[in-house]
Amino acid sequence: MDKAMRGYRQIPVYLRYLINILLLAALLALGNHLIVSGAVNRAQKAIILQIGIYALLAVSLNVATGYLGQLPLGHAGFMAVGGYAAAILWKSLPKNTGAMLLGLLLGGLVAAVFGVLIGVPALRLRGDYLAIITLGFGEIIRVLIINLPGITGGTPGLMSIPKHATFPVVYITVIVSCALIHTLMKSRHGRAILAIRENEIAAEASGVNTTFYKVLAFTVSAFFAGVAGALYAGYTGILTPGNFTFMTSINILVMVVLGGLGSMAGSIIAAGILTALPLALQSFNKYRMVIYALLLIVVMIFKPSGLLGRYDFSLTRILEKAVNGRLFPKRGKAGEDHA
Amino acid sequence: MLFLSQCINGLQLGSIYALVALGYSMVYGIIRLLNFAHGDVIMIGAYIALLTIGAGIHPALAVAVTILGCMLVSVLIEKVAYRPLRSAPRISLLITAIGVSLLLQNLVQLLFTANTRPYPSTAIIPAKALNLGGLSLSLNTLMTILISLGAMVGLHLLIQKTRMGKAMRAVSEDTGAAQLMGIDINRVISITFAIGSALAGVGSVLFCCRYPVVNPTMGSLLGLKAFVAAVLGGIGSIPGAMVGGFAIGFAEVLVTALGFSAWTDAVVFAILILVLLVKPAGLLGKGVAEKV
Repeated sequence: MDKAMRGYRQIPVYLRYLINILLLAALLALGNHLIVSGAVNRAQKAIILQIGIYALLAVSLNVATGYLGQLPLGHAGFMAVGGYAAAILWKSLPKNTGAMLLGLLLGGLVAAVFGVLIGVPALRLRGDYLAIITLGFGEIIRVLIINLPGITGGTPGLMSIPKHATFPVVYITVIVSCALIHTLMKSRHGRAILAIRENEIAAEASGVNTTFYKVLAFTVSAFFAGVAGALYAGYTGILTPGNFTFMTSINILVMVVLGGLGSMAGSIIAAGILTALPLALQSFNKYRMVIYALLLIVVMIFKPSGLLGRYDFSLTRILEKAVNGRLFPKRGKAGEDHA
Repeated sequence: MLFLSQCINGLQLGSIYALVALGYSMVYGIIRLLNFAHGDVIMIGAYIALLTIGAGIHPALAVAVTILGCMLVSVLIEKVAYRPLRSAPRISLLITAIGVSLLLQNLVQLLFTANTRPYPSTAIIPAKALNLGGLSLSLNTLMTILISLGAMVGLHLLIQKTRMGKAMRAVSEDTGAAQLMGIDINRVISITFAIGSALAGVGSVLFCCRYPVVNPTMGSLLGLKAFVAAVLGGIGSIPGAMVGGFAIGFAEVLVTALGFSAWTDAVVFAILILVLLVKPAGLLGKGVAEKV
């Protein structure tokens, strides 16, 4: 804390948590009320749930891409594994809260196991091998799903999955997942992961077990992709291998890149925009992929850090600035990183 | 006899993979980029051939136009999309390459719809069968193997014997030092892309003569498998790309012959993962220690 910051009043920790939790709970109650009362129609509700699911996918991919600096191209594979695991469990259990929680957890855990299995060989190597191996993994998973109809329902898909993913379930799952990822990134483990992104050799020289932390970050990424996959299964009620192609992985990647590599708020905002826009503008669908492709290239050439860069939204920071009368400083300061 | 004809099948498929893999390997060797758009350049080549032959141009001329078109597209991609990122982190370059690949696929889809079209394969290579002592061999297969081998020998001579080849080897070994020796890096990189995509153009014609259907996404799986071949053989290594290409071709034909044709893609990627586990640099690649 430098001299200028002396006398800067801070909000006590318990109050910060209280404000954040109350606001999030109020948003949940408001959203739930709007849906239950019918003020939000079916199509709008579907968009809201999809935004939640894609936000979680983007945030989870951001752990591996934005924070760790690797490029997995098989995120849809982890999503598929988690989704199918949860769906198969849900189909054999009565529809209640316990089963719902168990399914979400199982989806995440199965995806995490695959994450370790893929991550250990791929992340031992430096360079771009992770991109290729995860890409291969995504394809293998799809081939497996198609060719094991006894378990997965094959090409026509797995049907009549209990629809566990209501608005409160999706909302709370996304919030809890984001909070867990956020706290992980704020811990010493998170800083180790960021150190690897900045310079792997320097991190290793400073005593960071690079392989362990790379696998850890990658597994966390896979876990939450699995949870999102489970939500997706509980939202659509039907899973087909066509839901989990390479293009699905690319869609998620576009969200992360556009929002900002390393910005959780950016991922969520980009997921919201890129999910809602095509659904709202059906005629635009024809050009969607061309525009996505151009966006990827243009963003990389002109603003490689994405729209929000590494900036992350923090209500506490804004409140503290307001308390100290510094909400509108004369000179804008660059956004802070997680570290 | 069945075994022998399957071997020849594998040789045909493998030589196409090898041609495409060479393009990946050369580009990776020189700018350390996985050029995801390489497979889509093949698709562009297929559409060029389709349109030129459809317009009544002589097939031989159409093939030449195809190869030139592939070279042009590839050099253009390098100039517009990759060159501004020469000093950017590798992840940016990789994402750009994915973007270019998506762009090519979707532009073609917008222009020519996603429908599959027949490829005029018999106009390029007549459907004739040769009989070699009881072994029936199509002209297509024979031409594919001979042309591929010819192209690889030509590439080898180009890289080992010419001034430009020497410059390419120098740039891939150490870009900075090569620049200090007076080598025009940008020119060498452009020429590398041009040669790699000329091979892709040849590969495009040969691949489409074997599987005469064309659609906007045909390049992605072919590209991926060729890329797997390049990694398998040792990316950046030219003999490695050939070995990897033949290995993948044989593996695929073998799996199909055993009756598991639905599993070929999975087997190809499983081979890749296994090889990377045991020998991360690939079969013929050199492990390079990272410099601080």
